[in-house]
Amino acid sequence: MGNSKSAYSIPGKLGKTERHIIVIWVDNEAGVLARIAGLFSGRGYNIESLAVAEVDKKKHISRITIVTEGTPQVIEQIKLQLTKLVPVHKVADFKRNDKNILFRELALFKILANSKKQEKIKKICKKFNPIILDKSKKSFVIQVTALRAEIDKLTLDLKRLGLISTSRTGAVAMTKGAQIFN
Amino acid sequence: MPKLISGAEIVFKALEDQKVEYIFGYPGGAVLPIYDELKNHKSVKHILARHEQGAGHAAEGYARSSGKPGVLLVTSGPGATNAVTALTDAYMDSVPLVCISGQVPTHLIGTDAFQECDTTGITRPCTKHNWLVKDVNDLSKILHLAFEVATTGRPGPVLVDIPKDIQFKKGKYKFFKNLLKKKLNGKIKNKLSNTELDKFINLIKKSSKPIFYTGGGVINSGPEASKYLRELISLTGFPITSTLQGLGAYPGDDPQFLGMLGMHGTYEANNAMHDCDLMINIGARFDDRITGKVDEFSPDSKKIHVDIDPSSIGKNIKVDLAIVSDVTELLKKLIKRFKEKNNNFLASNKQKTAKWWEQIDKWREKKSLNFINSEKIIKPQYAVQRLYELTKNKDTFITTEVGQHQMWAAQHYKFDKPNRWMTSGGLGTMGYGLPAAIGVQIANPGKLVVDIAGEASVLMTMQEMSTAVQYRLPIKIFILNNEYMGMVRQWQELLHEKNYSESYTAALPDFVKLAESYGCIGIRAKTPNELDAKIKEMIDIQKPVIFDCVVDKAENCFPMIPSGKPHNQMILGPEEEEEISDEGKILV
Repeated sequence: MGNSKSAYSIPGKLGKTERHIIVIWVDNEAGVLARIAGLFSGRGYNIESLAVAEVDKKKHISRITIVTEGTPQVIEQIKLQLTKLVPVHKVADFKRNDKNILFRELALFKILANSKKQEKIKKICKKFNPIILDKSKKSFVIQVTALRAEIDKLTLDLKRLGLISTSRTGAVAMTKGAQIFN
Repeated sequence: MPKLISGAEIVFKALEDQKVEYIFGYPGGAVLPIYDELKNHKSVKHILARHEQGAGHAAEGYARSSGKPGVLLVTSGPGATNAVTALTDAYMDSVPLVCISGQVPTHLIGTDAFQECDTTGITRPCTKHNWLVKDVNDLSKILHLAFEVATTGRPGPVLVDIPKDIQFKKGKYKFFKNLLKKKLNGKIKNKLSNTELDKFINLIKKSSKPIFYTGGGVINSGPEASKYLRELISLTGFPITSTLQGLGAYPGDDPQFLGMLGMHGTYEANNAMHDCDLMINIGARFDDRITGKVDEFSPDSKKIHVDIDPSSIGKNIKVDLAIVSDVTELLKKLIKRFKEKNNNFLASNKQKTAKWWEQIDKWREKKSLNFINSEKIIKPQYAVQRLYELTKNKDTFITTEVGQHQMWAAQHYKFDKPNRWMTSGGLGTMGYGLPAAIGVQIANPGKLVVDIAGEASVLMTMQEMSTAVQYRLPIKIFILNNEYMGMVRQWQELLHEKNYSESYTAALPDFVKLAESYGCIGIRAKTPNELDAKIKEMIDIQKPVIFDCVVDKAENCFPMIPSGKPHNQMILGPEEEEEISDEGKILV
């Protein structure tokens, strides 16, 4: 770095990063996801996972849930920059380790296994609300809902038992108790 | 049933209802229906540029000198991509622009049709918002919303992309107002509380080494903001410095004004910023050219930041009191509250800040804007000084290109009114000044408009001279001609061992002949003693002028904060150049 001749300042010390969940309510209109994703990429923010779907058919409101990592200053900027976008109605943000927040990701696994092996797999998945969606003699498709780390671990375990395809969603989140995000 | 009218007519109805007098543009296939409609709307005059970038900067110049939004009309594909630089420039410098672009017909979108491009995709990161109109019945609402987004909160550019079939289709027109009601930019409509104001006032009262640091937000808030700023400065007796974009909000020749701050700011302004115990930022954004090394930026001060854009606060520098507000509104209420309780503040506080002013005067004695003048060759700083002296009694509007000449203009031209200084700060767009001057002249007929230019920058949009001639706009292009991209050359001299890689322009045009071929007047000055007479000649000519001011090729722009240094370690002049360390080269 010492000899660099850039026209800009030297990067300062990086603060400690933390993982946050950002929830955004937006008008469900053409290009809105590109605006959100473009803001993240354009300003160098990170998207770990993203989940989006319309939650209000009448008002055409979509709810976007983004998992991101950054210093407190960056997280603050993300919120403020998002709030500036015209189709954004509100933005909620909380730490990943907030005890009052529920998270879920959903995963589908396709596994090559005979019925004996299938029983074993169901056992492994027991904690994660397993549902068999499709079944044949040689294979089956199982759905689980769990936390990110749990699904990561499950994926590793199932690799050994004939996992051939994985499909996962980004995390969605909701507060515990009667209150809602504001 | 309201009468059904074509999309093209809806565009003009909306422009009329928005009281748009001028649009800057360039026709093409995908906007022909709108151009066809132009003849039926006499109140909207079209200014034909020679390139869409020129049209965009002209619209910016119009907006910045008039306080009204600039309107730009371009065709699809290359028309839109050529406008991108101007849109980005307006985005960085918070200039309200409404760009209307033609698009290929709806059924051809996505087929790589002739002159098709993903305009809304390309302009998404350089506009506050943009729209692709898919239904002619949405058009009037979108257009009015576009004006509202562009002009409210922190101003900026927007774009409305209208496919050609939508321009032909018939639909309903309605004038929509206050579509954003609940959502100002940033959507925080803050009511200023007395608690906030009292905190502000307490910080002012406690400080013994205060400084006001004001920026473009004061200008954007309207002329009233400058009035209130002047009142507050005289009420407090505090020193004030300004960013590049804020020049003119406070009189440049006032004793309380320390000059511009930042990389090429004055010694006193930067040192005062570094040593102060209270920094009051009004409408500036702690840009990296201002702060230098962030870790060592004004280490011992309390900081107040007033900004209309919540995302500007805390982005680069942490502050102690943040106020999201329009500048005028804040200043008005602050002054009122301040006066209620602090009747005799100026006199009673004089003692407290006396030492601070003494220190500032010591810094001032360095005379950091000084340069070694010559009798043989025109020094660029001298040229700007003479231009200032010979034009200061007129209500003069100055635009610039980007580079050394821009910094010299900012240092040596003293502005005393807002909206008189149009320069590309955030994006730093070479080629900005000439077309911007066109827009300024249109908004201010009869006024003297001068583009202080460099010969390299001005060649980037030189074609717009033709526009100036067509509309009889007597703009003056005052070129400080050193045959180099001066700022590039300066950094190469200081940081790259004088390896002047590609920064010299061989085969420059003869600017006097060039002027003649455009149908305007060319003047050349080569020596200091002919300069005044030639400048006077330029001012008196009622036609566009290209003034080729042949200046010292080797002059560097000082003072400067060298790379990697905090504010209190500036280089004042050539004799100190050697002091830049290797480590220091990073920051420039």
